Amino acid sequence: MMANRIWVYLDQFKGRALPASWEAMGVAKSLASAGGESLTAVIFGAGVEGLANEAFSYGAEEVLLADDPSLAEFRPEPYGALLAKLAVEGKPDVILVPASTRGRDLTAIAAVDLETGVIPDAIRLERKDGALHVTRPVYAGKLLSTVVSTDRRPQIISLRSRAFARPEPEAGWTGTVKRVAPAIAENEIVTKVLDYAVSEGQVSLSDASIIVSGGRGVSNNPSLTPPPEIKDEKEKEIWRAHQGFELVRQLAHALGAAVGASRAAVDAGYIPYANQVGQTGKTVSPDLYIACGISGAIQHQAGMRNSKLIVAINKDAEAPIFNLARYGIVGDLYQYLPALTAEFRKRLGK
Amino acid sequence: MVVNPWDEYSIEEAIRLKEKHGGKVTALSTGPENTREALKQALAIGVDEAILISDEALKASDALATSYTLAKAIQKMGDVDVVVFGKQAIDGDTGLVPGMVARRLGWPALTYTAAITELDAGGKTVKLERLLEEGRQVVSSRLPAVISVVKEINEPRYPSFMGIRKAAKAQIPVWSAADLSLEGDRVGAAGSAVAWPEIYSPPPREGSVEILKGTPQEVAVQLADRLIADKVI
Repeated sequence: MMANRIWVYLDQFKGRALPASWEAMGVAKSLASAGGESLTAVIFGAGVEGLANEAFSYGAEEVLLADDPSLAEFRPEPYGALLAKLAVEGKPDVILVPASTRGRDLTAIAAVDLETGVIPDAIRLERKDGALHVTRPVYAGKLLSTVVSTDRRPQIISLRSRAFARPEPEAGWTGTVKRVAPAIAENEIVTKVLDYAVSEGQVSLSDASIIVSGGRGVSNNPSLTPPPEIKDEKEKEIWRAHQGFELVRQLAHALGAAVGASRAAVDAGYIPYANQVGQTGKTVSPDLYIACGISGAIQHQAGMRNSKLIVAINKDAEAPIFNLARYGIVGDLYQYLPALTAEFRKRLGK
Repeated sequence: MVVNPWDEYSIEEAIRLKEKHGGKVTALSTGPENTREALKQALAIGVDEAILISDEALKASDALATSYTLAKAIQKMGDVDVVVFGKQAIDGDTGLVPGMVARRLGWPALTYTAAITELDAGGKTVKLERLLEEGRQVVSSRLPAVISVVKEINEPRYPSFMGIRKAAKAQIPVWSAADLSLEGDRVGAAGSAVAWPEIYSPPPREGSVEILKGTPQEVAVQLADRLIADKVI
């Protein structure tokens, strides 16, 4: 017998739901309306009651709300145990979760408690003959795989950020809020969150609709002269790279974009690993990806080939990045980036 | 068969923990017989011993079944303080196994670790930094624990000449499903909750590149016109 409930776990950070949470609501809503199923949003946190109304505006009929100081910061054990406990009671057929770092931990813990499976990083979801067929990238995005659940329930599926359309909220809708208590008391939780060094004012790569990325080529401006106190050749190169990344940042700022980088730029010490896009970095799918001084090795392509539109700026007309790009600029990024920044500032008023 | 690239960082971190705090590093892997080659590589890099879990019955295991197998093996090993995982495997890319193993063992799951800042093997405490979408999170926790690491945590060393010689001579014990008393319906395809009937290449990107030409200012105008018409800005 088919259960008739779809749940969406709303991932939030400091009380704000991730855009991917609403994307998951959009997927759940279309599944639920096609199958005549009910739609429940699951919200855990501290001081997150307000998210319930938001969930109703995205189509939830019911909200399961656990609001408790012990849930103020996401931790895998209390969150995962609680989701599993609620699922044992509520018997959902499907639980959709954003594929964030938190979503990954949450689904791993809950799945063990429920002895069920997880299909992570879905980019497409189709119902065929009552069964969900999930498409997900494998081998670092070089291949795709179709995954199905066996007979175990619930089916836990995490959805990759920006792979699904973000629905528009509709005001005026409401539903029932069911308050639930935490599954684990604070004194039984061994992991404590001590501090959070949030990168203020930066757009997260996985949520970004526009990304401007820099590669090895950003250090490639021989006309720049490092200050005389820098003697070491490697330090001179890094100094040049920082001037180059400053141009990348200015363009990103003009576009309201996040800053990315290739592995070559990260390994050379130009920019932190958190910015790396590619096989050993982040996988992104923005509307617009501007690659500056990136040749486009297969490992980099694996992380960004699902971008809707790609622009490449490179000195080398033969660089593989031009095979992916819709628009290309063959030339020196030191000349072109300031002109692009000025033009976009003018057009977009930023 | 080679070491999964993400696991080069976990091998390195385990060796560094040993160099700093003492103890012994064991490389553990599950897979077909040729997984032995990857374990030899780990021995050449510097782990003290390696164990292979290999059995026909384990074929087609998903993350859920794999985590069951690994947890049973870790329990069999006994006195383990820290299990270090890479972020994910380079084929399935699920990233689920570290969290699942932690849950099965009842240990804290400390994933996406970018730095282990303190570890007190006697006091059984650990402090570390995790790399999340929003920035770095500092947490403290208890040992034993499962830690998965990201690339930023270290720079993996290469196998040494002595290490390669040692690895060539090393005996790698093989543990079967029976050795771990694994229940037949919890491993392999029967013990898996998901199946992946199809793997295929993504469709190629359509269209070819339009190279914009002119002075930087002219190119900037052309590009802005096009991106606005394409509705991406």
